[in-house]
Amino acid sequence: MATLAPSRATSGRRPSRSSDPRGPKAPLGMRALMVTGLVVVSLLWLAPLLWALDTSLKPEAETTAVPPQWIPESGFTLDAYRSVLGSDDLITWFVNSTVVAIAVTVLTVTVSALAAYGFSRTSFRGKNFLLALTVAGIMVPPQILIVPLYKQLIVMGMVDTYWGIILPQLVAPAMVFILKKFFDGVPKELEEAARVDGAGTFRIFWQIIMPLSRSIIAAVAIFVFIGAWNNFLWPLIVTSDPNLMTLPVGLVTVQSTFGIRYAQVMASAILAGLPLIIVFMLFQRQIIKGVATTGLGGQ
Amino acid sequence: MATTTTTSTVSPGPARPLDGRVPKNSLTTNRGGFWFVLPFLVVYALFTIIPVLYGLGMSFFDVSLAGRPAQFVGLDNYAELLGDSQVWRTLGHTLLFTVMSTVPLVLVALGMALLVQSGVRGQWLWRFSFFAPFLLPVATVVLIWQWLFQNDLGFINNTLAQWGLPTVGWLTDPNMALLSTVIITVWWTVGFNFLLYLSALQAIPESIYEAAAIDGAGPFRRLVSMTLPLLNRTTGLVIILQVLASLKVFDQIYILWAGGTGGPEGAAAPILQYVYDSGFVNYRLGYASAISYFFFLLIIAVSLGQLWLTNRRSANRKGQ
Repeated sequence: MATLAPSRATSGRRPSRSSDPRGPKAPLGMRALMVTGLVVVSLLWLAPLLWALDTSLKPEAETTAVPPQWIPESGFTLDAYRSVLGSDDLITWFVNSTVVAIAVTVLTVTVSALAAYGFSRTSFRGKNFLLALTVAGIMVPPQILIVPLYKQLIVMGMVDTYWGIILPQLVAPAMVFILKKFFDGVPKELEEAARVDGAGTFRIFWQIIMPLSRSIIAAVAIFVFIGAWNNFLWPLIVTSDPNLMTLPVGLVTVQSTFGIRYAQVMASAILAGLPLIIVFMLFQRQIIKGVATTGLGGQ
Repeated sequence: MATTTTTSTVSPGPARPLDGRVPKNSLTTNRGGFWFVLPFLVVYALFTIIPVLYGLGMSFFDVSLAGRPAQFVGLDNYAELLGDSQVWRTLGHTLLFTVMSTVPLVLVALGMALLVQSGVRGQWLWRFSFFAPFLLPVATVVLIWQWLFQNDLGFINNTLAQWGLPTVGWLTDPNMALLSTVIITVWWTVGFNFLLYLSALQAIPESIYEAAAIDGAGPFRRLVSMTLPLLNRTTGLVIILQVLASLKVFDQIYILWAGGTGGPEGAAAPILQYVYDSGFVNYRLGYASAISYFFFLLIIAVSLGQLWLTNRRSANRKGQ
């Protein structure tokens, strides 16, 4: 991916008719079919989001109108958002999620990049064994660890703490592997020059390798952040104190406290999803590239 | 093990030496490498290796959360799970869900990528609408679909009724539970596979198509005899990633039927839910660990099967 030539679709330029890479233009009928297909599928994919947004903007009494109305008779309102944001819970969970996701991202990227550099560019006894052990870890689904990990965290006194939520999420052998593969491809002449100038190993890592790896670091960070923001099972298990819950875990309890107030339920659901959606709107290209890169194992 | 995962993620190409490319005592033999790896090793040991071994050990004991001393029971937990109908039932749901979700998650993703790559204007919008759901937390996804699937007031049933069609008990009919979960999961996660396909399509050199066009190959012909075969590797990768992801289904089912009932009459409860229930509802930690390891064995079998397939395919290619 890193070496991929910018293609027409990612470059954001309008496809010009003459340079259509698929050869001569498809017949008009077929183009119409493709446009129709795209419109229908994206409407299907957007409809649930739009309906949720629509519901959240209705007065509570009109959410359950039959047949469903897109536009409420008494007009749109922000009441649902006001009541949801008026309770401290959502704000608390929001802060918790932000703290956890940022901490997980920063720590995971740091720990993984250091390890990847060690595996890629240095030699020490037992390196190959440790690398094999790391790669083997990619196969271990975190879900099978929930029971022993929970028991272990009780012993460590970390149940219902931020560290209890954060630390187990830092293990990302796949990210170590992806970064190592990238570092393997960085020309070592640069390092040799720096070493001649007397730079130490850490300085080489920090001042030469890291700046060269900005794109892959960003890709890994994006991937880790999405995972941490949306993680459900582990925070669910390790927190019982509502003040420490993350958004996804807290939200699941919101629904029961709100009963059937659909506008409020939808408002809180949308607020939980909004941050990543906004970030995505701003950085679509980088995120798409990042997800594709890490998803394909750093190609 | 090391080669297992390596081959699953590395694309063919000139073999690059992974290790030992740095000759000893050269200028680039960096010292102190162990200290770079150490922080990762500490978290890896504490939060993966130790729990893996601890869980394995626990599976031979009768452990509870309630403080009474653990008793060694040998293979009793494993013997019990083999005869536990709930293990087989939830495993069945898991496998069925994996098949039912993998097929659309691959085909729909491929269709989306082909449509978007065809170059119709509005790239930003298409990619946004297909990928945005993937960014939502599972709680948001499920809350939205619970509302859409609501029996009497939900958007979907109301629309069906307006069109004069029979309504469906999406979340209340045991026969629908798995299908509803599949629909939600496809909507939520197909964007990820879509992106993998899209980036694979963009990596296909345009000159190939130009040559084919000169030879008079029409669009359909180019799709079937060029694009799809060129995507074979990506499809293999997408399938294996998807199967492994689908086998681990838990979150959306746990939230959909609040309180973790796993659907009407437990009709969608996956095996991870049974692990959760055994461990955190019934407090039988040893038994829950045994089920975890039974499930882990299945994951390893799938991974090894995939390795075997990949090796055989690349061996065939070399032989040609």
